Amino acid sequence: MDRRRFLTQASLWSLAGILPAGCTTPRLGAEADQSNILVLVELNGGNDGLNTVVPFADPTYAKLRPRIGINPDQVVRLDDRLGLHPGLAPLKTAWDAGEMAIILGVGYPDPNLSHFRSIEIWDTGSDSSEFLAAGWTARAVTGRGGRRTADGIVLGRPYVGPLAGSGTRTIVMESAGEFANAARRVTLPASAPANPLLAHVVATQTEIRKAGDDIYFKLQRPMPGLRAEFPRTGIGWQLSNAALLIASDVDVPAIKVSLGGFDTHTNERNTHDRLMRELGDALAAFRAAMIERLMWHRVTVVTYSEFGRRVAENSGQGTDHGTAAPHFVLGKAIKGGFYGQQPRLDDLAGGNLRFAVDFRSVYATLVRRWWNGDAVGVFGRRYPEVGFFG
Amino acid sequence: MIGRLLVGSILAATLLGAVSAQAIDEPDARHLLLRTGFGASPEAVAALRPLDRRAAVARILDGVRVEAATPPPVFVRGLRPDWQTHWKEPDETIKQTFNRARDAEIVELKAWWYAEMITTPSPLTERMTLFWHNHFTSSMDKVRAPDLLHTQNALLRRHATGSFRDILHAVAKDPAMVKYLDNTQNKKGAAVENFARELLELFTLGEGHYGETDIREAARAFSGWQVDERTGVFRFNAREHDDGAKTVLGVKGPLKGEDVLDIILKQPRTAEFIAGKLVREFLSETPDAGLVTRVATRFRDTNYSIRAALQTIFDSDAFWAAETRGILIKSPVDLVVGTIRTLDLPIADLRSLIEPGRRMRQDIFNPPNVRGWPGGTNWISTFTLIERRSALAKILNNDMGPLQNSMTMMMASDATTGPAWSARGRGLDAWLSNHPNIAAAAGPMEMALLSVQAVNGTDADVDSRAMIERLVLDPAYQMK
Repeated sequence: MDRRRFLTQASLWSLAGILPAGCTTPRLGAEADQSNILVLVELNGGNDGLNTVVPFADPTYAKLRPRIGINPDQVVRLDDRLGLHPGLAPLKTAWDAGEMAIILGVGYPDPNLSHFRSIEIWDTGSDSSEFLAAGWTARAVTGRGGRRTADGIVLGRPYVGPLAGSGTRTIVMESAGEFANAARRVTLPASAPANPLLAHVVATQTEIRKAGDDIYFKLQRPMPGLRAEFPRTGIGWQLSNAALLIASDVDVPAIKVSLGGFDTHTNERNTHDRLMRELGDALAAFRAAMIERLMWHRVTVVTYSEFGRRVAENSGQGTDHGTAAPHFVLGKAIKGGFYGQQPRLDDLAGGNLRFAVDFRSVYATLVRRWWNGDAVGVFGRRYPEVGFFG
Repeated sequence: MIGRLLVGSILAATLLGAVSAQAIDEPDARHLLLRTGFGASPEAVAALRPLDRRAAVARILDGVRVEAATPPPVFVRGLRPDWQTHWKEPDETIKQTFNRARDAEIVELKAWWYAEMITTPSPLTERMTLFWHNHFTSSMDKVRAPDLLHTQNALLRRHATGSFRDILHAVAKDPAMVKYLDNTQNKKGAAVENFARELLELFTLGEGHYGETDIREAARAFSGWQVDERTGVFRFNAREHDDGAKTVLGVKGPLKGEDVLDIILKQPRTAEFIAGKLVREFLSETPDAGLVTRVATRFRDTNYSIRAALQTIFDSDAFWAAETRGILIKSPVDLVVGTIRTLDLPIADLRSLIEPGRRMRQDIFNPPNVRGWPGGTNWISTFTLIERRSALAKILNNDMGPLQNSMTMMMASDATTGPAWSARGRGLDAWLSNHPNIAAAAGPMEMALLSVQAVNGTDADVDSRAMIERLVLDPAYQMK
């Protein structure tokens, strides 16, 4: 679980001085390129999709989840059959503004139900039985975009996942300000040794100093205080740092944050209800902050998780590992609405949902439409795009 | 440095088997100590010098303990907290007081384990206890009961180099494990699969060597395996056990949990999986497949003797080869405990090691998930490398302070009943004056601290204390 950082929002933003609002010149995001920022939100542990986007009108849902199902009266209804977990109510604003896509039934063929193998499949964009070394984001962004601060920044759980790759410059930090200050005290190593593991240490130390200097100077820029308030949770802290970095014009195409605890084998509702609230509150705050900073048009947010969960609840009022699940894509550039197809609850494969949209279709859409990248090159074949960029 | 390693490798290549009969040299002794324990003090190096390689390995294996030398924390000997009343307690303030007491206990437990790692006469015992903690993981965040984590820690140490068959059977009934993987609620009718899945995927066979049906069937065999919350002891609840027929890995019958464990132990893959993990821990992240097979075969032939598997690794030519030196990244525990042991450093309150350990991403008794700490290059990120350098500088300069972090301090504030664990080293200045031959020049200091050549060189014109700091903060010090 993430350590809570109970710093006030005011003190975080005051790192960057005070000037009137609107002095940051937004880059007009008409052309898709790698100055567009993708915020990857990992829901670690396997998020229960059926209790996230709830098929409240389906009688099979209530039948298979007599104790952990969400009461139809509490669902935030989006149409006459699907609605959000009540904890995600703060996202209704984005939905109503047409800035939130919900992609239903995201998964892949021959699903693997291991946390570790399945997240590897998602992170590398591989087939179920294929092993790839580098993350899909790393393949899409490494070596592109010229001299930027870094290829990716990882906040929260220190797992670089989609940003793993040799030569990929990925910065892991807990706090932008602390990192920048500490990094400036690190010396640049003298030589690059042949020993590959030592070379990794040396390359990391070099990266600390180079990216650290850049972030440090950008954080010195005067910045007005922020009206949007982030929740005092782990994910709230991470997204507030992401917002600070983006608003400070730190040049990075991808920022990964994470929310853990989704492996709800027992007593699911307690944990999952809290996680949904944390997610909804933090994403809504992030959107508000980006709008306030005139940066929302440059940001796309996407959620992902290693798998969804079993349809029927178990003896411990929880759910075991499953397969397909819905995911969210948010942004000013997004054409809101439902995409894909809600999996049938009465036509299961071994108790699990059948997927409708390959997750690589979602990612390929982001690579091509958001970064103007070569999605076929990144994924090795053409995946049909999902229409969320309109 | 390079020259010395080259000479060593030529010697090894020329003499091969005969090499083991020779007295070991200083780099050999340091290598063996770094890989089997934490750090390598000049005294420990000197103690191995008269031995040949085989005898040095045997001495380290013979020294393995089954119990900690440090007396356990006081709370372990007290009455078990009344969890059942706690769960029913409506008053939030009372609940919080109860939780704070548990938090203080886990802080004490962590400091106690650091104390044992720093002072044990058998570092391999603690390395193996930590290895099993990282294999049969359980975390305080989930289990919540420090006494049960202490029980599990003692179990892992008792079997640390014993029989894998015994440790597997014992861990499956270990109360902290039963709770960690949700087996307390695994009941006949709609089994909870968590334990069965991780048993097959992470504890024995490895991913890809079983099917989803095996998991579901094995989960049924473990239904009714619970913990008596009053006593904190494992119990089998026959009423909630599914005694119907099951098929696991092709074996059919009214299988019980113990039967499933034995079926798994009959699979050759189990020995290969564990052998591979041991070789990667102690020898190389990219080991030769032939060596892993040899270790696995020995492991099976000895009915899963962990000691025999380790001996096969440490006696192999590959273990001693020049290209094996300095190619593993130290874990945070290794880095901290190894530095304290090597340089005989004092730490006034070992609770102060907990927060830096967490920030370096190895919070003992709290692995990040059931797979444990992935290790290797994963230890080193832009975040953790800053933290490693900061922790090393503080430890070296006796600057850890009483407690580093307000959270730890808050948690520990109630722990007035236990002893404050400390490391009673004499410090860097004493170490330098006790080892004038090392302190005399940069070369011997580099040799005493690094297993590969310093990245930043040693030609700085500084005093010996500053040179030690320079070497410890060199990227090469992260390696062993």
